[in-house]
Amino acid sequence: MSAAAGTAPLLEVRDLRVRYGIGTRAASAQRTAAVDGVSFDVAAGESLGLVGESGSGKSSIARALLRLIPATGTVLFQGRDLLQLEGAALRATREHLQIVFQDPLGALDPRMNVAELVAEPLLEFRAASAGQHREQVTRMLGRVGIGSELLGRYPHQLSGGQAQRVGLARALILRPRLLICDEPVAALDVSIRSQIANLLRDLRDELGLSLLFIAHDLATVRFLCDRVLVIYRGQTMELAPRDALYGAPRHPYTRALLAANPVPDPARGAPRAPPPAAVLTAAVASGGCVFLDRCPLAVVRCTQQAPLLRGVEASLVSCHRASE
Amino acid sequence: MTSAADPLLQLRGLSVRYASAGREVRAVDHIDLDLAVHECLGVVGESGSGKTQLLLALLGLCSSAARLAGSIRYRGEELLGAPPARLQALRGRRIAMVFQEPMSALNPYLTVGTQLTEGARRHLQLGRRAARARAAELLATVQIDAPAERLRQHPHELSGGMRQRVMIAMALMCDPEILLLDEPTTALDVTVQAQVLELLHAVRARTGAAILFVTHDLGALASLADRVAVMYAGRLVEQASAPALYTSPRHPYTAGLLRSLPRLDLPVPARLPAIPGQPPDLAELGAGCAFAPRCPLVHDRCASSPPLRALPEARSVACHFEGTAAQIAGAWA
Repeated sequence: MSAAAGTAPLLEVRDLRVRYGIGTRAASAQRTAAVDGVSFDVAAGESLGLVGESGSGKSSIARALLRLIPATGTVLFQGRDLLQLEGAALRATREHLQIVFQDPLGALDPRMNVAELVAEPLLEFRAASAGQHREQVTRMLGRVGIGSELLGRYPHQLSGGQAQRVGLARALILRPRLLICDEPVAALDVSIRSQIANLLRDLRDELGLSLLFIAHDLATVRFLCDRVLVIYRGQTMELAPRDALYGAPRHPYTRALLAANPVPDPARGAPRAPPPAAVLTAAVASGGCVFLDRCPLAVVRCTQQAPLLRGVEASLVSCHRASE
Repeated sequence: MTSAADPLLQLRGLSVRYASAGREVRAVDHIDLDLAVHECLGVVGESGSGKTQLLLALLGLCSSAARLAGSIRYRGEELLGAPPARLQALRGRRIAMVFQEPMSALNPYLTVGTQLTEGARRHLQLGRRAARARAAELLATVQIDAPAERLRQHPHELSGGMRQRVMIAMALMCDPEILLLDEPTTALDVTVQAQVLELLHAVRARTGAAILFVTHDLGALASLADRVAVMYAGRLVEQASAPALYTSPRHPYTAGLLRSLPRLDLPVPARLPAIPGQPPDLAELGAGCAFAPRCPLVHDRCASSPPLRALPEARSVACHFEGTAAQIAGAWA
């Protein structure tokens, strides 16, 4: 699924940084890095999973790519730096870069019906007659499994799964190249999650979409993604092809995430929990590893020196002890 | 009046009905369920299955528009229709609840300490100092560091996982016999979810409280539950010991739910197994089996609602199909 050799990736993110100010008084107005120098590529047609716990910075990455929050670094999308674009050029790029949100109902305007919701991006971006829209809208809704009997319904009249399908139709109606999915199945019932995950994969293959799939659910990421980026405290812990990441996880944080996943089998016992995250320790603040306080493998070196991202077989890992 | 063999909680024919646009919605429809002393019973269902209404009914907290019928016995004492003062004396004292969303269940204006100690001061007549000491001790039990400091904080100063642990500590304040948990792990990261599950295992071992764990996630429940009851559209569709339910589900819905859980311990499937369609609108339920429109084993006889049948080994299932678990699995494949 990766791009043919020699072609430039669709999305090239280099040293992305997002900082939030905390506190309003000058003395306490320290800036905290939500995303702290993250780099990755997404090839055309590729799906990259972005996993980490709440507060790891994964949603901040999505928002920064969409220019919803200020960020520094380089984000080359189809060869143009998204972070430098303004006005009409930014608007033109946004057409090719769409997002699906976690809360399907919260992301839909309650005053618009299904047909209007899906037609809205067309009215924004394309000059076409209402009649042409109607046909395109109906076709796209059919493609995501929403029958024409639901065209006149309002968001509150939809189930969670239906609302997420409408969200998907709205994101795909402009035929974007890259679809960012921010926890798109987390809020859905178990029986509906697989439907939406299957649909996403079908649409990706059919439309040649690239996916940036953000989730804390490692099992769904394993089904959908070719490569996985694991982040913690805004930094890359591990970036690896799917089979390497799940088959031979190199970073202790990746291993902790995998071990915490429950298995639906009473004979297997409780999932193993890593220690909870503490407030940023002095050692981390003074240049140690960000995972130090929760790491079962930490040695003295980890308190003194932050590990650099380095290659271990097919994986990139940020851990001093990764190749032991 | 009660003996040791009596269940702690006994529900018989419990129904919760609402009038909706001139029609009757049965959110909970004739449920029979027992919770034994020290037992952990999982109640599994999706949106609209009635699992949350069931919990609210147990606490006498359904909306005033709800019409309840049947029987809820706590140690033989009928709670349905019991005077509000009696329910209030039991709530938080003998039967405590952990709500799904700690952020909306906690009062944002009050400190953690005030909220934690309120129940113990009222029910156990503890003084302020004694109640705070107990609260600090329980915060330590649920692995919250610097408990004395946390008591002075407000809910927004805690992380999501910490708030959930505060909710559990609050439920434990009066040493209840029954802990009701409404999706206690759903909104959490897998790592925090694993921490909460570990905590619940420890709480069980330490206090011996019986647990009624309501969830849509069969995965999270697997390690904790002794027995599992599966609800669909307000009805109980299957009930069995946890090992039996997970290894040989006898209702097509249970089997479908289990196979649609994404698994890390199995090879990546070509497609994720899914249950087609969606849960029914309770206002539009017909006379037949509510799962029939999504069922791979649907048959003419499913036009009538299947009664709950007893099976060997204290299991029961509400399905006309009387074949084996292997045949049900085959129908999904």
